[in-house]
Amino acid sequence: MMVAETVLEEQVVYARPASLRDVPTHYCPGCTHGVAHRLVAEVLDELGIRERTIGVSPVGCAVFAYKYFNTDGCEAAHGRAPAMATGIKRVRPDMVVFTYQGDGDLAAIGTGEIIHAATRGELFTTIFINNAIYGMTGGQMAPTTLPGQYTSSSPAGRDVETAGFPIRMAEVIAGLPGAAYVARRSLHNVKEIMKAKKAIRTAFKVQLAGLGFSMVELLSACPTNWSMSPPEAMRWIEEAMVPYYPLGDFKVAEGVEALLKER
Amino acid sequence: MAVELLKGNVALAEAAIRAGVEAYFGYPITPQTELLEHMAQRMPELGRAFVQAESELAAINMVYGAACAGARAMTSSSSPGISLMQEGFSYIAGSEVPAVVVDIMRGGPGLGNIQPSQADYFQVTRSAGHGDYHPIVLAPASVQEAIDLMVLAFDLADKYRHVVLVVADGLIGQMMEPAELPPMRPLRAERPDWALTGAQGRAPRIITSLELDAPALEEVNNRLQAKLREIREHEQRYAEQMVEDARLVVVGYGTAGRIAQTAVRQARREGMRVGLFRPITLWPFPERRLSRLADRVDAFLVVEMNAGQMLDDVRLAAGGQVPVDFYGRTGGMVPVPEEIYEAISALYRKLPDSARWGE
Ligand SMILES: Cc1ncc(C[n+]2csc(CCOP(=O)(O)OP(=O)(O)O)c2C)c(N)n1
Ligand code: SF4
Repeated sequence: MMVAETVLEEQVVYARPASLRDVPTHYCPGCTHGVAHRLVAEVLDELGIRERTIGVSPVGCAVFAYKYFNTDGCEAAHGRAPAMATGIKRVRPDMVVFTYQGDGDLAAIGTGEIIHAATRGELFTTIFINNAIYGMTGGQMAPTTLPGQYTSSSPAGRDVETAGFPIRMAEVIAGLPGAAYVARRSLHNVKEIMKAKKAIRTAFKVQLAGLGFSMVELLSACPTNWSMSPPEAMRWIEEAMVPYYPLGDFKVAEGVEALLKER
Repeated sequence: MAVELLKGNVALAEAAIRAGVEAYFGYPITPQTELLEHMAQRMPELGRAFVQAESELAAINMVYGAACAGARAMTSSSSPGISLMQEGFSYIAGSEVPAVVVDIMRGGPGLGNIQPSQADYFQVTRSAGHGDYHPIVLAPASVQEAIDLMVLAFDLADKYRHVVLVVADGLIGQMMEPAELPPMRPLRAERPDWALTGAQGRAPRIITSLELDAPALEEVNNRLQAKLREIREHEQRYAEQMVEDARLVVVGYGTAGRIAQTAVRQARREGMRVGLFRPITLWPFPERRLSRLADRVDAFLVVEMNAGQMLDDVRLAAGGQVPVDFYGRTGGMVPVPEEIYEAISALYRKLPDSARWGE
């Protein structure tokens, strides 16, 4: 018997999406920013929109997202990505525009910008990474830091008496009439990651259909600043974050329902 | 085009439209609100973008976004709003995209008042945000000049991919004067070759002001400084009157320059050899011409509606060759020609009979 006959034909089961560049990222081991990037990239590929997409990077750990997505991209000032995306989309309604923002970026310094972009029903998509901490600056308290959570600027744990309770942004944005689709998903296991991808896909479809503003909040791990191993960090998302930040769809406006049913 | 009676703010807005502005983003503030209101009416009519932003911070970042997408974009505000926009100016300058901003200055500091002022000279010419650069700053002294400079602002912004500010005060913004608008230019059909247009059949384009590597960021700064040198070389603009035989030259821009003109004429009638130098570009400051004048005049009198800001630039241009005196009003007070005339004649009386002070 010839050896060649026994070799199975190669089948690609896993490849880099065309919307992700073939470059190493600077993310820490166990960080789920990379997972979120990949999900967005797969969706851009599957919807065939890579060549007409413009991404807006935040200030935060994902500041270099524009180097990783294989699309046109720009870098906003801290918190201002929704304003920048508004400017882009208003002059190029034919483009697909998304912002990718952390919780300090979106829920602290840029709260005004995201709320008003959503209120106006701006036709872009926001990927919101909630990791309950300021990653880039070395682990300070975020507006999403959980009660009692230790951070470098809440060394005794977040004291809700003085720092208030964490903001549930998906619920806040869902309350705004201009938001068409708002969901929260988590990246702590494969099942949730698959659900996250579906939500991201729906969010971009909402933009393509011109139905309104769309946002997917992703519960994300920062093992470095949580001082945890990657597996511990995944467990912490599930056990500590999910109970405070329930997963689900918080806004499904008219017309979006049909998109949810699509595969 | 016919001469018509136009209010400064409306003239600025309409001139921008005719210069081909594709997107306007702004937030209401007196004394520039008519500009925003004119845009609210006209831009949608023409199928162009208008957004009333939630703040000046958002407005300038919307301009930044639209500019990255290759559109001619602008915003307008007044002093407190310009303070808020400083962050955006810096990012726009750092990433080298064109943007046009109108500042109808008012009295400060703080909330101050809504009266005409020139108190923003430092905040617009010195840096306009953090970093190490100057924006281009144009200062009209009449409604007609406001129109002309508005058109020039877009051309300079595009040419140099830089922030251009048109600064005036409430007097010019609110005043009605006969002026002529330019013809309507068609909107630019092609996007510039650096703009974000989707990576179709080409490598992705990136617009950023971020560069973590110090040697590389120094390179970026060197490039930016080379561009600023070129602007300094080619774009110094000014107007002057009766300077040929002048012993004393009054230096004032915008409204202050215009009021000073009346005072200078009166001084001439009284037999004083006085001239007027009116900077039109505040940055680049018209230093070349002014230092040539410093070679042959006996003194400068700087007139501003602030406590003495352009004064620094005049002193630098004069290079210690001649005395530089100052007359200013603050808090939204507008000087009348008589007080400037008084300042002129007081200084003129002190001029020595010799051609040089102190000789
Ligand atoms: C105006 C301004 N203020 C503060 C900073 C410093 N800064 C950089 S990133 C950051 C927080 C980022 O946290 P987050 O948005 O949660 O993103 P992460 O790094 O966790 O992904 C801060 C405060 C800045 N760059 N600009
Ligand atoms: S600091 Fe945290 S959020 Fe930033 S890359 Fe590292 S793990 Fe990710």
